[in-house]
Amino acid sequence: MKFLLNYLKEYKKESILAPVFKMMEAIFELLVPLVMASIIDVGIANRDVSYVIRMSLVLVLLAVVGLAFAITAQYFAAKAAIFSASKMREDLFYHIMDMSAESHSSQGSSALITRITSDINQLQNGINMFLRLFLRSPFIVFGAMIMAWTIRAKAAIIFAIIILCLSLVVYGIMKSTLPIFATVQKKLEKVFLSVGENLEGARVIRAFGNQEEQLQDFREKTGSLYADQIHAGKISALLNPVTYVLVNLGIVLLLWVGADWVGAGILAKGEVVALVNYMSQILVELIKLANLIVILMRCVPSVGRVAEVMDMQADQRRVAQKDTTEEKEIALKFEDVTFCYPGSSEPSLANISFEAKEHERIGIIGGTGSGKSTVLQLMIHAYDATSGRVTLFGEDVASYTDEELEKKIGMVFQKAVLFTGTIRENIIFGRDGITEKDVEDALQWAQAKDVVQAKEKGLDEEVLQGARNFSGGQRQRLTIARALAGKPDLILLDDASSALDASTDARLRKDLAELPWKPTVVIVSQRASSVMDADRILVLDNGECVGWGTHRELLQSNEVYREIYHSQFPEEDGEQNE
Amino acid sequence: MSKKIDKKQTQIIKRVLQELKPYRFHLIASLICAAFTVVFTLMIPVYIGEAVDCMVGVDNIDTAGLWKIVGKMAFAIAGTFIFQWIMNRLNNYVTYDVTKNMRQKAFDKMMIMPIRHIDGHSHGDYMSRITTDADVFSDGLLMGFSQLFTGVLTILGTIIFMVRVNAVIALVVIVFTPVSLLVAKFIAQKTYAMFQLQAKNRGEQTSYANEMIEQQRVVAAFAYRENAKEEFSVLNQKLADSSLKATFFSSITNPATRFVNSLIYSGVGVAGALLAISGGISVGGLTSFLAYASQYAKPFNEISGVVTELQNALACGARIFEMMDEKPVEESDENFLQNVEGTIEFSDVSFSYDPAKPLIEHLNLSIKPGWRVAIVGPTGSGKTTLINLLMRFYEITGGSITIDGVDIRSITRKNLREQFGMVLQETWLMEGTIRDNLLVANPDATQEEMVAAAKMSHAHGFIKRLPQGYDTFITSDDGSLSQGERQLLCITRVMLALPPMLILDEATSSIDTRTEMKIQSAFQTMMEGRTSFVVAHRLSTIREADVILYMQDGKVLEQGNHKELLAKGGYYAKLYRKQFGLEE
Repeated sequence: MKFLLNYLKEYKKESILAPVFKMMEAIFELLVPLVMASIIDVGIANRDVSYVIRMSLVLVLLAVVGLAFAITAQYFAAKAAIFSASKMREDLFYHIMDMSAESHSSQGSSALITRITSDINQLQNGINMFLRLFLRSPFIVFGAMIMAWTIRAKAAIIFAIIILCLSLVVYGIMKSTLPIFATVQKKLEKVFLSVGENLEGARVIRAFGNQEEQLQDFREKTGSLYADQIHAGKISALLNPVTYVLVNLGIVLLLWVGADWVGAGILAKGEVVALVNYMSQILVELIKLANLIVILMRCVPSVGRVAEVMDMQADQRRVAQKDTTEEKEIALKFEDVTFCYPGSSEPSLANISFEAKEHERIGIIGGTGSGKSTVLQLMIHAYDATSGRVTLFGEDVASYTDEELEKKIGMVFQKAVLFTGTIRENIIFGRDGITEKDVEDALQWAQAKDVVQAKEKGLDEEVLQGARNFSGGQRQRLTIARALAGKPDLILLDDASSALDASTDARLRKDLAELPWKPTVVIVSQRASSVMDADRILVLDNGECVGWGTHRELLQSNEVYREIYHSQFPEEDGEQNE
Repeated sequence: MSKKIDKKQTQIIKRVLQELKPYRFHLIASLICAAFTVVFTLMIPVYIGEAVDCMVGVDNIDTAGLWKIVGKMAFAIAGTFIFQWIMNRLNNYVTYDVTKNMRQKAFDKMMIMPIRHIDGHSHGDYMSRITTDADVFSDGLLMGFSQLFTGVLTILGTIIFMVRVNAVIALVVIVFTPVSLLVAKFIAQKTYAMFQLQAKNRGEQTSYANEMIEQQRVVAAFAYRENAKEEFSVLNQKLADSSLKATFFSSITNPATRFVNSLIYSGVGVAGALLAISGGISVGGLTSFLAYASQYAKPFNEISGVVTELQNALACGARIFEMMDEKPVEESDENFLQNVEGTIEFSDVSFSYDPAKPLIEHLNLSIKPGWRVAIVGPTGSGKTTLINLLMRFYEITGGSITIDGVDIRSITRKNLREQFGMVLQETWLMEGTIRDNLLVANPDATQEEMVAAAKMSHAHGFIKRLPQGYDTFITSDDGSLSQGERQLLCITRVMLALPPMLILDEATSSIDTRTEMKIQSAFQTMMEGRTSFVVAHRLSTIREADVILYMQDGKVLEQGNHKELLAKGGYYAKLYRKQFGLEE
């Protein structure tokens, strides 16, 4: 809650004025029955036509002033709610962008997106309604009681009893239904996910003839949702009838004792009418108040979720100082590096040591889960090594800022990601100093020329969301072009040619070997053919370094490498061993 | 134009009525309850007025009359309570039941709709149809309808009651109250464009945030963060501006209509008071009038909202009906396949995804039982298409495919697909435990059989290391399993079912070659005596195939075994040499 107040503080004026104006509107509304009472008791009783007309002008005046106050209040409320939510959204997005891989993956993308969209929208709506109603409704409810007290103190007792009963009923119904509605929401999400899952897996489900089971499962999910809805509905169906009964019983009571008071001459007839009016006003406002509470209750978890992300430390990575004494010509060096992913005690890499000189080409090969990609993650400082040291061009990798790393490193991820925008925008990707020539060259080296040529608008072809208009192989080549366009000193390819056919892959490797600025290239792959012409090859197995050498050396002396190689180039074909 | 729309609307309404038919008794009962509720509610102000008139003055109270009125009021209150409560319960039942049934029907259809529709349609759209649209439809329709009905009854009833008390003042109320409606409508019209703009800006911002957050690693690696922040701020400012306008201007509606109603209230007050002075109405009569005047605007406000709500509900209904009424794909059960040997014939097969772009044309292919068929070729050459046709995920447009001489269109799809075990490149697992996922194809398999299959596919090792072993719960896109591990699970799933024919579409693309080699031996056993289709990039997996199909641009350019094709020196030979870097 404190978190929310910090944002509202920036719109202090609006946040205070909105409810204050609302309250004033309420005061004017509360005066109406009194004026009407005097019309009856003075105007009609004395047959005073001019008094009646004067009083009705007062009524019009009250309405005009009330309108002005209300509109002012709505404006302030909207402004405070929208601008503070907007600021929150911005801060949250900035915070998410600054997150290190560790913080990001501890939350998950879809959760973070929900925080920024529906959670904050929920909050915005909540703040708006709160500012509008939180003074008005209680003020009218209790104001009506106070007004009743000014008419006749004993009448206020009836009001107090009725308000108490109403509050108990509303509270009771809400208390018993809110938790059910929360589970309803959860179950609805499950239904939603289940539909998605079945669309995603349509082929597999059909191939296995598994439709019946899936239908059954879906029936159970909707059935259980239905049961909860009916259960909650049973209780909330009582709300309207019960509150209606209470308020009208109040009116009956007022009429009953009112008649006595009129008979005793303590009260005028018009005042009884005013009391009845106040009682009916309570009902409307109480329902509004109940709705407000529901909205606010929905906001509470949202606030918690947003605050949780905000309070998370965005970047937990180590920062080191540069010391310029060390060997610059060693592009990349791992010194006894051990790494465990956060939350895991099993090391994903254990005691890895190797180095790559400038202009060298390094291959990293190993099986699924051998730690190949993890090595790259440490090179780009997505994570800190648990122990040991990673250096780039003689400097601790932690001494580089992300911007510096970006300039040094061109990374191609395993999953080829393109963003909405044009092909050109995807290749330049917001970097200064990348010329048209650089883009053209990068496309050439990445074997992506024909991808662009095949498109009607060439480089200006739009990339649709999820890059649906590109095949896996096309995407992969474009992401390679993106990495090459900045001419980085170190190029990292994480299994980046898996979707390319063998001949394209071969051409790509040839071009990578002949890049004019001679960068250091690290190729991670499962295919021996992708790494065999590298200067040196690191062989990983279960997070451990089991081999380091040239293709020829490894083939002679390294069991794991030989196994991998022969699984792809069977031994009996003598010709492949040259 | 409008006629066309009307026709469409009529159709939808007809469809809605059909859907609501089983609930007709509930609905009629609900309407009766609504009518009673309205009548009882409207009687209360009259009784209040009569009660006030019983209080003539000091020491002049008609106690007997008052008793009677209180009795009548108690009766009306009790009546309102009972009927409103029953109505609420009925409405709840119908709403939730309709939603549930529509969801299930739409889902049923989804499970049998052609794969073509699933591939060619946004999944998110189908998802929101089954969840949100179903909710909006039944909620909007029912609440809308009951509000409309209650509203109209209340208005009519109020008019009748008012005219009975005093026709002149009644006229004032009847004529001027709709003014508030016009005010509300005017504001709604003026703000419509603002809401459209807000929705558009919100959509833009959401999809931007989506993309950037999902791909945050790439964004970070290319130091694109600051650009992303700037862009987001621009979108955010745009959204805030449009939201403020839309929210503020639309929030004038309530104060404005309240204002109009206050004016009418004052008007009734003056007119009534003047009339009372001349003795044309009693103070009690005036009291009832004022009560009516203040209540009269409410049904109008409700009704004005109802029309858009109903339209919206119909639109949502139309979207979900479209799914529910999807024609089921035609099934023929003329023949039934069992104990399949595995002879497969493609004769003169043609197919295209898009009629304008022919893809496969006049394809002929004879596969003998137990053969291993390898399909190779560049990306996008139609390898997966062949499998789509064989499994009847898509229907061929010409020619025929037969299995053991039986046309695959003369058997049910279920029967056809039972004959194949399939492992795809995309590793789909459902939400559930590892066990649930492995038993998908063979729910009756025993624990021993499952573990044996997992051992054979080398999945047992990593499954054992999971926190709860075979009972570990996984979600459909769980990050806790690697792509390779997911693929191993998919392979185990097939190993457990062992149908007569196999399809392996890049089945081991995410598995390292050492593990793959080990799985290969399991595959060997599995493929023994089974006709199998293998799509792979790795030529090593393909070398031992009985027949290799080299595909390019949807056409099978070369057919033959490894030795033959190599000797031929064509496309395959070229591809093979390139793979091994032997090209000079």
